[in-house]
Amino acid sequence: MLFDEIKIFMRHGQQFIPDVTKVELAPLFRGRPEISASITAEEAGVAQQLCPTGAIGTSPASINLGKCVFCKECHFLFPEKIRFTNDYKIATNNPDRLIIKAGDNSPVTLDADLVRKEIKSFFGHALKLRQVSAAGDNACEMELNACGNVNFDMGRWGIEFVASPRHADGLVITGPISENMAQALEICYHSTPNPKLLILVGTDAISGGIFADSPALNRDFLNKYPIDLYVPGNPAHPLTFINGVLELTRGKR
Amino acid sequence: MYKKIKNNGIIPIAEIPVLEYPAFADEVSHLLDSSACHCVNYYAVPFNNRLQYFCFIANDETNDICILSHQTENSPEVKLESLAKKHFALHIFEREIHENFGIQFDGHPWLKPVRYPFNRADKNQVPDNYPFYRIESEELHEVGVGPIHAGVIEPGHFRFICDGEKVLHLEIHLGYQHRGVEQLFIKKNSTLQRCILAESIAGDSVIGHSMAYAGLMESLSGKQANDRLSIERVVAMELERIAIHIGDTSALSTDVAYQFGQVVNEALRTLVINTTQLWCGNRFGKGLIRPFGTHYPIDAMLADKMLATLKDVGERYLQITDRIYNLTSVLDRFETVGEITRKQAEKIGAVGMAARTTGLKRDIRHSHPFAGYHHIAYEPVLLTTGDVLARGFLRKLEVEQSLDLVNKLLERIKLIDIPSEKPIFDLKLQPSQLGISLTEGWRGEICHSAVTNEQGEIIHYKVKDPSMHNWMALALAVRNQEISDFPICNKSFNLSYCGHDL
Ligand code: SF4
Repeated sequence: MLFDEIKIFMRHGQQFIPDVTKVELAPLFRGRPEISASITAEEAGVAQQLCPTGAIGTSPASINLGKCVFCKECHFLFPEKIRFTNDYKIATNNPDRLIIKAGDNSPVTLDADLVRKEIKSFFGHALKLRQVSAAGDNACEMELNACGNVNFDMGRWGIEFVASPRHADGLVITGPISENMAQALEICYHSTPNPKLLILVGTDAISGGIFADSPALNRDFLNKYPIDLYVPGNPAHPLTFINGVLELTRGKR
Repeated sequence: MYKKIKNNGIIPIAEIPVLEYPAFADEVSHLLDSSACHCVNYYAVPFNNRLQYFCFIANDETNDICILSHQTENSPEVKLESLAKKHFALHIFEREIHENFGIQFDGHPWLKPVRYPFNRADKNQVPDNYPFYRIESEELHEVGVGPIHAGVIEPGHFRFICDGEKVLHLEIHLGYQHRGVEQLFIKKNSTLQRCILAESIAGDSVIGHSMAYAGLMESLSGKQANDRLSIERVVAMELERIAIHIGDTSALSTDVAYQFGQVVNEALRTLVINTTQLWCGNRFGKGLIRPFGTHYPIDAMLADKMLATLKDVGERYLQITDRIYNLTSVLDRFETVGEITRKQAEKIGAVGMAARTTGLKRDIRHSHPFAGYHHIAYEPVLLTTGDVLARGFLRKLEVEQSLDLVNKLLERIKLIDIPSEKPIFDLKLQPSQLGISLTEGWRGEICHSAVTNEQGEIIHYKVKDPSMHNWMALALAVRNQEISDFPICNKSFNLSYCGHDL
């Protein structure tokens, strides 16, 4: 019996990713987009028409990662002008940096000036987070669970999800925030001791995504409290989340 | 007096006979008396000032879907005799109609809110005053859990009535996840927007729901997808099933503290969802399913890569599950825990794998085939004990069966010379039709249906996730169990909150 387990164990091998900053994801992974400087206003206008969530701007041509659901249809329309790289490091704390402009192929980074002073000293060594799914579709939730699995192993930095907001250093919100969850979310936020982080994961949480204009949402919560990190994606990839959180709390990648 | 269509069939609304309610009730009741039949959906569509009701009853032996209809005024004054009194499986549909339009169902055992939709008939009904069942007793106590749970999962509220450690009754109150999906299907008028919506109904069933949507749009447009695409779609369906079943095997191991089973399965699940990512760039298959075509055809090179990974996964999954299901410490926690009987499953209208663990053969792939399942001799695996062990072990058997199927199809795709088509977003839907599209997601049957007006615009859209039927199975399964066994019971069903709440 034990022998069977050893056999399985040998084949299981080492699973954790040694350096989460340098993973080469599948070539088709839809990460940070790049828009060619040669895109015309007219082309951008056509892409804007197609875009399901109004993520595309025209002057200059741009994609707002907070609204984009990464369907890649704009690329299929203008394969030469818009492409999606497999760069998964797209989390930031500055909403302006979520907007990728034509001709700007630089990486998405955090804005050091906006990081609150206490974050590094309080959360730089260990971080306990409470996750609240507020009408999330369970895709981001599964990816957040995956952050702690044998592959991504976020626990190695002392970062983990805890069972109660009272034990947490911050909230991680997924989903577009339904009216029916608004109150529970608010209560959860107030149950979390200060100082606390507020992190939005996934396009649905950041902008409402495809649900943005639904009368079943109530996103007032987001106007009331400061947001420390935006983690785009549909769903956000575990590496996007982990790198974003590490940069926020430790100032490095 | 009713019409029959097949899965992915459409029918002009005008051809569906509208019965008087007593005749409708008789016909429905008569059909449901047969054990081959179950109700896949029953809902009301507002037309002018009236409501037209459509009831879809699937006959698993003849592959037909019977459509029955009746009409009433659209007013909370309307009172109908409840059909759930005799056929309990209809309880959830009558509750939904009551919640949406205020229609009364006399004699309904449990006419409670379903999901508190934003457009509900009675705005005084709010999640805070959900009418829980109570037992006045000094000996019993209540335990409330949620809406926010301890783990990273979706919200819902569970209210237990316990006698000491023993659960007498569990009531599940949902609705927190309501996003107005069905209304958005009508409001959003681009096909692409609707594709994104379908993919977002339940992130663990992206393929199941987006394929139901695509199938519906294809039949309403009057054309079908080509054979290559049909086969690729089966591969997508089965990959989703494999990934979730392996993930659930991991989670079940976690809940009984068998950490080795947890981590090995975690790693295997990663391999499977990364295969989907290799294929289409998204670990859950978002962006993969589009009407009439795909941006991501499988070529021979990709097929070979997928085959190699899946072979490895298959071998290792077999090894670890052999271990899990031979460990006394695991079996002791799973066996005879959280049982539901075949009789209960039939009564509540259970679907999918929850039904199949009680010996009840409900599987759309077999009974009402869609996409490439038409060309596959597929026979569902059945177990009979209906306990946590059966729900765990069925996953193992289904993973093996699905891997086998995917392997065969990938080999076939390598030889196929039908060209791959691009998706079509500019759809012309036929006017004044009703269409229905069923798929078998990993949980069970998913149903999308739509009604078009004279201009061919969608004026009504209805989504049913298998969780609609199966939440009741969880409530029954935990009766007389220790409350500490609730997590494994819950995990063994792994039902969808957002799929239910829409
Ligand atoms: S990939 Fe993003 S920007 Fe492009 S069409 Fe889709 S949602 Fe819009």
